[in-house]
Amino acid sequence: MSGHSVGAVHSQRAHFDQALHLRSGGVLPAYDLVYETYGTLNAARSNAILVCHALSGHHHVAGHYTDQPENVGWWDNIVGPGRPLDTDRFFIVGVNNLGGCHGSTGPSSLNPATGKPWGADFPIVAVNDWVHAQARLADLLGIDTWAAVMGGSLGGMQALRWSITFPERVRNAIVIAAAPKLSAQNIAFNDVARQAILTDPDFHGGNYYEHNTRPVRGLRLARMLGHITYLSDDQMGEKFGRELRNGSFGFDFDVEFEVESYLRYQGDKFAGYFDANTYLLMTKALDYFDPSREDDGDLVRTMARTKANFLIASFTTDWRFTPARSKEIVAALLANGRNVSYAEIDLNFGHDSFLMEDAHYHGVVDAYLRNIKL
Amino acid sequence: MTHTLNRPDFDLIAAWIEPGHKVLDLGCGDGTLLKHLIDTRGVQGWGVEIEHANILAAIKNGINVIQGNLEKGLDEFADQAFDHVVLSRTLQTVSHTEGILQEMLRVGREAVVSFPNFAYWKNLRSVLDGRMPVSEDLPYQWYDSPNVRFFTLLDFEALCRQMGLIIRERSVLDEAGNRVEATDDKELNFLGSLAVYRLTRAR
Repeated sequence: MSGHSVGAVHSQRAHFDQALHLRSGGVLPAYDLVYETYGTLNAARSNAILVCHALSGHHHVAGHYTDQPENVGWWDNIVGPGRPLDTDRFFIVGVNNLGGCHGSTGPSSLNPATGKPWGADFPIVAVNDWVHAQARLADLLGIDTWAAVMGGSLGGMQALRWSITFPERVRNAIVIAAAPKLSAQNIAFNDVARQAILTDPDFHGGNYYEHNTRPVRGLRLARMLGHITYLSDDQMGEKFGRELRNGSFGFDFDVEFEVESYLRYQGDKFAGYFDANTYLLMTKALDYFDPSREDDGDLVRTMARTKANFLIASFTTDWRFTPARSKEIVAALLANGRNVSYAEIDLNFGHDSFLMEDAHYHGVVDAYLRNIKL
Repeated sequence: MTHTLNRPDFDLIAAWIEPGHKVLDLGCGDGTLLKHLIDTRGVQGWGVEIEHANILAAIKNGINVIQGNLEKGLDEFADQAFDHVVLSRTLQTVSHTEGILQEMLRVGREAVVSFPNFAYWKNLRSVLDGRMPVSEDLPYQWYDSPNVRFFTLLDFEALCRQMGLIIRERSVLDEAGNRVEATDDKELNFLGSLAVYRLTRAR
């Protein structure tokens, strides 16, 4: 795909004094959201696209920081002049969600009531809480309606939730590699990840900040487990097979197979910067996500509240949120006569396919967005 | 099956569809027929396609398109969700002929089906001359044809009777797209290159 990166970007911070009442019953009396924008909001304020992040994502969607040229946004390949999220046409907003660990108020932020990090006291946040917080950011930016809200995985669930919670404020929802709710298997994986963190002796009931430590071992295991579910079996086979690092069996428990080396590296890298409490919160937000719960489990009735047009996309090798899960969303939209297109994209990267650069995949997003009237 | 512009069956199909109707086009290609129906009849339209390139082309055309395999049924569509379900020049490419016809009339009030007639006299002559037919409505060589079912007007009508489907209207066209008139069904079967049917089911 042609086009290029947005180049140097910077993040911004917005403070909100209006209390946010959360689905869990908790209250955030005040909070900060960090965000980034690319492109220019047009005079009609009709060209804004909100890009929602997944479990480990954040507000730095695209471009790089002048003082950190290697710190490239997590979805840089789809944003920029001439790219599908064309910054010559659209005003793109990325925001770090509440509970995050990249600058927005989260468990590692100071709780003003105690002067200490929130830690275990940080309330459980739901996808709908994020949507409400994002809506306040939209108000602040002067955006009444989004040209599109989009995201992959947990980000796609936010786009879906936006279309249900604020039907008048979303003209298009682009929901990629998502599901209308998690399966028992999805929740099971999340719980094993949480147990790894919760049983780490350095977790200290979530207040590890006070003990000047971090549950690195648990977080590392959680990430290793999660990472397996992001990849396809085929891709792992192609990439690592049964290759041995030293060419022969060592008959011990050191790193031997290349796949072990890769997973440990990924786990170590992630555990080095991510906050364990945020990981717990994000996985709970995933588990709780089920908009149809408000309609006795009837997704058709839930989607009746939407007004947006939809692009739903899934990936053939994604076994975390399979194409069948996306088709559940498609079926509920069709039952309501909504404008919806569905693409089942043949990419070999499992769940992570949504982050990959692929001519057909990006072509579909590009074609859909080019037909949006501003 | 790729739709081309100004196909003669398009206008016939358009004439059977009321403004504002909900239309599902199975094997919609790049969405040309749906675009035509939206532009000329103000319908609300959705297409189903299996080919990646056609999905992209239909989205470029601003058409609602759902990627799916007709052989596997129409599970994502609810009963009687559409006024018309169109299967244009595609029935001969589907193995599960009865299955797709059943599904069309499950999700739609009416089915519109067009297909090339293998009993068209030029096709018959070609076979008599020892070669499989290649024509305007059968544009493929035997080795690259997507067609898997070879049938005639009379075959199709026999199947409709067997399945209890009601033929509401029938139009038969020659290779130039002109309507063919004939004294009886056998003659029509001989003179027609493309058949277009409007089907429903007793409810």
